[in-house]
Amino acid sequence: MAKVIVVTSGKGGVGKTTSTAALGAALAQRNEKTVVVDFDVGLRNLDLVMGAERRVVYDLVNVIQGDAKLPQALIRDKRLDTLFLLPASQTRDKDCLTAEGVERVMAELRKHFDWIICDSPAGIERGATLAMRHADIAVIVTNPEVSSVRDSDRIIGLLDAKTERAERGERVEKHLLLTRYDPVRAERGDMLKVDDVLEILSIPLVGIVPESTDVLRASNLGAPVTLADSRSAPALAYLDAARRIAGETVPMTIPGEKRGLLGKLFGRRAA
Amino acid sequence: MTKVLTDTRSIRIKGRSFLALVLSPEPPLDAWLTRLDDLASRSAGFFLGRPVVLDVADLEIDRAGLKKLIDELGQRNVRIMGIEGGRPSLFEPGMPPAMKGGRPAPDIEIPAEPTVEPVGAASAKASASSVLVEPQAARAISSIVIREPVRSGQSVIFPEGDVTVVGSVASGAEIIAGGSVHIYGTLRGRVLAGSVGNASARIFCRRLEAELLAIDGVYKTAEDMAPNLRGQAVQLWLEGIRSWQKDLTEPAAGQHTGAGRWRK
Repeated sequence: MAKVIVVTSGKGGVGKTTSTAALGAALAQRNEKTVVVDFDVGLRNLDLVMGAERRVVYDLVNVIQGDAKLPQALIRDKRLDTLFLLPASQTRDKDCLTAEGVERVMAELRKHFDWIICDSPAGIERGATLAMRHADIAVIVTNPEVSSVRDSDRIIGLLDAKTERAERGERVEKHLLLTRYDPVRAERGDMLKVDDVLEILSIPLVGIVPESTDVLRASNLGAPVTLADSRSAPALAYLDAARRIAGETVPMTIPGEKRGLLGKLFGRRAA
Repeated sequence: MTKVLTDTRSIRIKGRSFLALVLSPEPPLDAWLTRLDDLASRSAGFFLGRPVVLDVADLEIDRAGLKKLIDELGQRNVRIMGIEGGRPSLFEPGMPPAMKGGRPAPDIEIPAEPTVEPVGAASAKASASSVLVEPQAARAISSIVIREPVRSGQSVIFPEGDVTVVGSVASGAEIIAGGSVHIYGTLRGRVLAGSVGNASARIFCRRLEAELLAIDGVYKTAEDMAPNLRGQAVQLWLEGIRSWQKDLTEPAAGQHTGAGRWRK
């Protein structure tokens, strides 16, 4: 049974695209057929993070407008057989996305994939609402700071109002993914603590991804962080988050609570 | 020239709803007016001093016709306060304003002489196609309960009475209630209680982090609130503010004597 996940946040720059790629690769590594779909028409990035920017021929808008068939637009990952990318168009804008077109593409993807992960654009306009429209599961990416938390709260409200599931009277399963978490700064009070964010948003936590240079390095290499260095702290956090999304019970570790190598590294950098 | 405000009190604006009589004329208008005359002769002064709204949604009428109709009604001492369901092109300056967003209310019984049929029933029989005012059972809905958090950007508007939220009200969310507001969680957004002119409305919350509070149009922003109330469980009313006691009972009488309103 195919599941559609939307990775959304409201605010820009919190790590939606990074998280989409990382979770996509993590789910595909479980040998489940996964496609990541870029909804950020006009400002596409997912192809870069996936390292597929030189292989884009057709895109989501071509498929919606009927210029290309879906299999023509899907790009298979070179590292993982089970991972695919449906890129966005860079030359168009979000008005090219139509509700009927997106619905058709989603229905077709559901026939072929186990996981369909939609990378939502920032904002609450057309692109974002269409990306969340068909979702069964929402991953809300939030940074531990007030503006990101408030925007996430707004998005959660929209998920309960504007999705297909909400209109049928069902609920979208919601998960909070806390990214760019710096335990030292949280301890100093420069950042919101995990408990504060959870108290405000009151949705279940699916993972805490520590702030790390590994993420930037992976993006520049054109590899999802879970593929670039699967032993790094952010990769481990994403791998655990993917297992939780798939329904497994994995104990949660809050970075900084165990004073391991990671804690020392953070401590040194902050000093 | 700029006027210098010597009195810096803010102007209070309130909403209020009135029950208006709605007349829905039916063609042919001459016959309808005759029936209206008949009604007026039986219960003289029925329309006197009552707000009357003219519903022209189902009436094929042009601007001249509407003007004539308003004149005819004026001659019968029926003063029209607004027109519902009219196309914008029907209106011209000097006409009663267009109204929309009306909610149905029960049919109004006309105090008539015995054995006379009320006009509401008569018109309902005369034409099934005319807009019927649905006779609704008068249900007293005086409160609603919201069982989940109110998220940023959402508003709950309930002029009819009290609002209870089982959860938090987020920053950027708002609750507007005709009566009191009860929040079993943290209040970070805005709450406007007693919005239809109810000065006895109160605001209760488990933890106060609000952006804006208002009771009966008298408001207080986060900056004006006493800092010792932040993060506390509080009950707020118009004469003063004090911490909510742990057992959620009212503070003992006489403990607060200040009658100063928040802001006049």
